[in-house]
Amino acid sequence: MAELRFEDVTVRFGSGRRALTAVDGVQLTVPSGGVVGLVGESGSGKSTLARAAVGLTPLAGGRILLDGVPVRPSAGRRPMQMVFQDPYSSLDPRMRIGDSVAEALPRRGPEAVTGSARRAEVARLLELVDIDPARAGHYPAQLSGGQRQRVALARALAGRPDVIIADEITSGLDVSIQGTVLNLVRDLQRQLGMSLLFISHNLAVVRYVASSIAVMYLGRIVEHGPTDQVLNDPQHPYTRDLLAAVPDTGGAGMLDEPHPDPRVRAVADAEPADPHAPPPGCRYHPRCPIGPLVLADREICRITEPSTDHRHHAACHFATAKDTAEIGSTS
Amino acid sequence: MTATSTTTVAPSEPVIRAPRSGPAARWLAVLRTPVGASAGLLLAAVLIMAVLAPILWTDDATKIDTSAIGQGSSSAHWVGTDALGRDLFFRVLVATRLSIGLALLATLIAVGAGLILGTLPALVGRRLGRLVTALVNIAVAFPGLLLALFFAVIFGIGAKGAVLAIGFAGAPAFARLAQTLVAGVSERDYIAAARVAGVGRFRIVLRHVLPNIAEPLVVNATIGAGGALLGFAGLSFLGLGVQAPSYDWGRLLGEGLNGIYVHPAAALAPGVAVVIAGLAFNLFGEAVAKGLGQSVVVGHLPPLPRRRPARADGTEQAAQAASDSDTVLDVRDLTVTFPGPAGPVRPVRGVTLSIRRGEAVGVVGESGSGKSLTALALAQLIEEPGRVEAARLDFLGTDLTAGARAHRHLLGTKFAMVFQDPMTSFNPSRRIGGQLAELVREHGGLSRAEARTRAVDRLRAVRVPAPERRARQYPHEFSGGMRQRAMIALGMMGAPALIVADEPTTALDVTVQRQVLRLLDSIRTADDVAILLISHDVAVVGQVCERVLVMYAGRIVEDLPSAELLTGALHPYTRALVAAVPDMRTDLHQPLAVIPGRPVSPAEQPRGCAFAPRCPLATDKCEQEDPALVAHGPGHFVACWHAHG
Repeated sequence: MAELRFEDVTVRFGSGRRALTAVDGVQLTVPSGGVVGLVGESGSGKSTLARAAVGLTPLAGGRILLDGVPVRPSAGRRPMQMVFQDPYSSLDPRMRIGDSVAEALPRRGPEAVTGSARRAEVARLLELVDIDPARAGHYPAQLSGGQRQRVALARALAGRPDVIIADEITSGLDVSIQGTVLNLVRDLQRQLGMSLLFISHNLAVVRYVASSIAVMYLGRIVEHGPTDQVLNDPQHPYTRDLLAAVPDTGGAGMLDEPHPDPRVRAVADAEPADPHAPPPGCRYHPRCPIGPLVLADREICRITEPSTDHRHHAACHFATAKDTAEIGSTS
Repeated sequence: MTATSTTTVAPSEPVIRAPRSGPAARWLAVLRTPVGASAGLLLAAVLIMAVLAPILWTDDATKIDTSAIGQGSSSAHWVGTDALGRDLFFRVLVATRLSIGLALLATLIAVGAGLILGTLPALVGRRLGRLVTALVNIAVAFPGLLLALFFAVIFGIGAKGAVLAIGFAGAPAFARLAQTLVAGVSERDYIAAARVAGVGRFRIVLRHVLPNIAEPLVVNATIGAGGALLGFAGLSFLGLGVQAPSYDWGRLLGEGLNGIYVHPAAALAPGVAVVIAGLAFNLFGEAVAKGLGQSVVVGHLPPLPRRRPARADGTEQAAQAASDSDTVLDVRDLTVTFPGPAGPVRPVRGVTLSIRRGEAVGVVGESGSGKSLTALALAQLIEEPGRVEAARLDFLGTDLTAGARAHRHLLGTKFAMVFQDPMTSFNPSRRIGGQLAELVREHGGLSRAEARTRAVDRLRAVRVPAPERRARQYPHEFSGGMRQRAMIALGMMGAPALIVADEPTTALDVTVQRQVLRLLDSIRTADDVAILLISHDVAVVGQVCERVLVMYAGRIVEDLPSAELLTGALHPYTRALVAAVPDMRTDLHQPLAVIPGRPVSPAEQPRGCAFAPRCPLATDKCEQEDPALVAHGPGHFVACWHAHG
C-alpha cells in the first residue's frame, strides 16, 4: 500500500527530427489504496506512462516516486506490477500457468517464498482469482481469454506489489467475460487495499472501477479529478467530447443531428493530431468546439499553453477557475 | 431421482477439450505427410547404418587382398576394390559413421556458437549487443566455404580441424537466425511481464526465450546438418579433412576419382552416399519446416457433398421478387461449412435475414458467434475449403448462389464492404486516389480523368479534408479514422445499395468511432443505402440501427427492433448481453452482470439450444431440441422455448 507519484515525467522515443515525445511532463498521483482511471485515445501516451512506471521504458525527464522514494528498476522485489492488455501474448505459451505465477514470487528478501511453500502460495493465488488450483499444470492454450487474464492478475499479485498497473486489461475480452475480470479486480483491490492505476479507453469501465479519473491527450494530462465530478461536470472540452462519444444502450445522443454551425461540424470531423508534430499552444485547439476555429476571439489557444490552474486541474484557458469551483457548482 | 441427471456445475468453467496440439502431436503430423514420411524413413535408415555398419563390416572393409587390386565391380566386389584390394562397397558403408558423426558434430558446434552469439545481445547491454550484432552481420556476409578453408588452415589439417572449421563457418548463419528469433520473442508481453516480475536477463533467456525459438532452430539445424555433410565431403576430397588411415565419403570420393574412367563405380558409390544422406537431412528439415509452419488440419479434409442448394420453385420466387421490390438482400437458411479435424464444422447454421432499402440492420454477437463469417458469406468472400450454402441468396433480385464470378459487376458496384482493419484492405504501395479510381474504371468504364474526379468527389463526400491532396497520398499517411472513411469512399465509388460494415469502428477511438458511425448514418439517409452493421458492441448497434439481430453459436437467436433492446428483449442471451455491458448509468454498488460459462466452440455444437448450458431458464427440452426462430410480436422474432412476450 503506497502512494505512486509521477513528477514531471517525460518519455521520448527516437531522436532528431523523428523524435516523439510520448509523455510530456505528466504530474499524477495515485493515492495509497486508491484507484485512478487513466483515459485517452490511442497514441495519447497512457500505455507508455504505464510502461515507464514499471521500468520497461526509460524516462527522459522527471521522477516516479513510491511513497516519496524514487523507483529504481533493480532485481529482487518489484513493488509495482503490471497486467497487460493481451492475455494471449502476456503468458508464455510454453510454460505451465503455475510456473508463470511461481516465477513472480519473491525469491530473496524478507518476503521470500521458498521450497514447498511456493506451491501452496501459487495455489492460494490461483484461488484468489477464481481459478481451480488443480489447473496449475495447464498451458495457456487450454484456457479462455478471461481465464488467462485472471492468471496474469495472479502473477502480478505474486510479487506482493504495493501498486498494480492495469493496462487495458479488458479491451481484448468479450463482453460476457469482461464483467468477471472487472468484478474480480474491484473486489481484490478493496480486499487487499492495493493502489491501482487503471488504464482504459472505455469511460464506462473506468467509471465502474476508479475513484478518480485522469484524462490524457497527446502526452499530457488535461483533466484530473474525482470520478463523479469529472463525469458530471467535465471542464476540458476533450473530456466532454469523450463523454458524448460513449455509446449508451437505449439512450440517444451519439448520432444526434449534426451541429448547425458548419465550423463546429468541421472541428468534430477533424483528424486526431500527429504526435510527432503536436500543435502549438493548447494541443487540443484544432479539434476544440470552443476553440479558435469556432470562436474568433480565442487566439490565445493557438499561442499560449493553458495552465492547469483550474477546476479538476483542467488544462484549458476557459475552464472554471479553481477558487470559484464550489460556488459555481452550487448555483 | 438420480443425482447423475445433468447436474451441471454452473460457475466453474469447463476445460477446453481442444484436440491436443502440443509439439509432439505436430511433429507426428509431419511424419504423416508423404514427404515427411519418406524423409523420416530415409534419415532413420542413414542413422541406423551409421550405427550398425562399422560393427558389422569393419573386418570386410579393412581386409587387404593383394590378389584383387584396383578391380572394377564384380559379383564378389559390387563396387570394386581399391589400391590395396579392400572392398569399396563395405568401405562406403562403414564410412557412414564417420561422415555422419563429423557432420553432426560440426552442426552442433555451429548451432551452439550461433546460439551464444545470437542470444548475447539480449544478455549484455544495449551498446555491447549492437556490437555483437554488427560482428555477426559481417561474418554472415563472408562466404561459408571460404570461411571453412580459412579455419581449416588455422586449426590444422585433419578431422579435428575440419570439424571446427565447418562448425564455426556455419555459426554466423545460426547466430543471425537466433538473433532474429530472439528479437521477435523479446517483443512479446510475457517477456515484459517477466522483467516486471524481477526475473533476471539470463533466466529470461533460458526460461522464456529459448523454449519459444527452439522449434525453428531445430528445423534449421537439420537442414544445416545436410550442408555440413556436403562441406565435410568437400574438405576431405580436397585433402583438408579426414586423413589416412581413417576414411570418410569425401576421401573415398577423392581416391575413386583418380580412376573414374576405368572404374567409375569407385567414385560414384561414395558420391551417391553423400547425396542420399544429404537429401535425408534436407528433405526432413524441409518437411518439418513446412509441417510446423502451417496448421496441421489442412492435411486431411473430409470432402463435402457438392450439391446444388435446394431452391424454391420458380413461381414462388417470381412472386416473392414482385412483392418485395424494396428488398435489397434476402437470405434464407445460410450456412457456412469448414472442414475440421473431426468432421465438418458449421460456424454459421441457417441464418435467415432480409434487408430493405435504406434500412440499418445490426448483427451483434461475441467472438466465434459467426457474425463476421455471415458477412463474408454474403459478400461471396468465403474461400476454399469453406463452403457457403443457402436456400436463397438474392441481392437486388439477383440470385447469388451461382457464385461470385458471374456477378462481379453487380457486387463490384452495388455491394460495399467495410472491414475492421482498413490498413489491410488497401494496397500499401498504391495511392488512395488510384485505388478508388480503379473500381469505376473497371466496372463503370470511366476514363482515367473522370475516375480521378469521382474519387476526389467521393473522398469529399466522406468528409476527408483536402481530398485533392489526400487522394495522392498512400494508405500509411492516413490515420485510422481517415483510412476507414477512405474505405467507405471506396464502397461509394459505385452506387451501392448495401454497405456491409464488419466491426468498422472496433480499432478506432470513441471520438473517431462516432465520426465514422455518423458518416455511415448520413450516407444511409442521403442515398437510401441499406447498412448491415456487424459489431460485438450491443450499445453501438443499438444506437445506429433500427433492427438488431443477435447471433449466438452460428444462429440468429433474436431479431428485434433496437428500441426494444433495453426493455423488450425476450431471449435470455440478449438480456444477459445487454446487462453485461457497463454504461454510464451502471449501478456502482452492484457487481457487474456476467454470463457464466463460455460460448460453445463451433466444433462442438450441442443438439439442443446452444445457449442452454449457460442459460438460467434451461430445461430438459432446451437440451434436446433446438428452438426455431418464431414471431413474438410485430418485427420481433425469438428462438427460445421460454420466451414470453
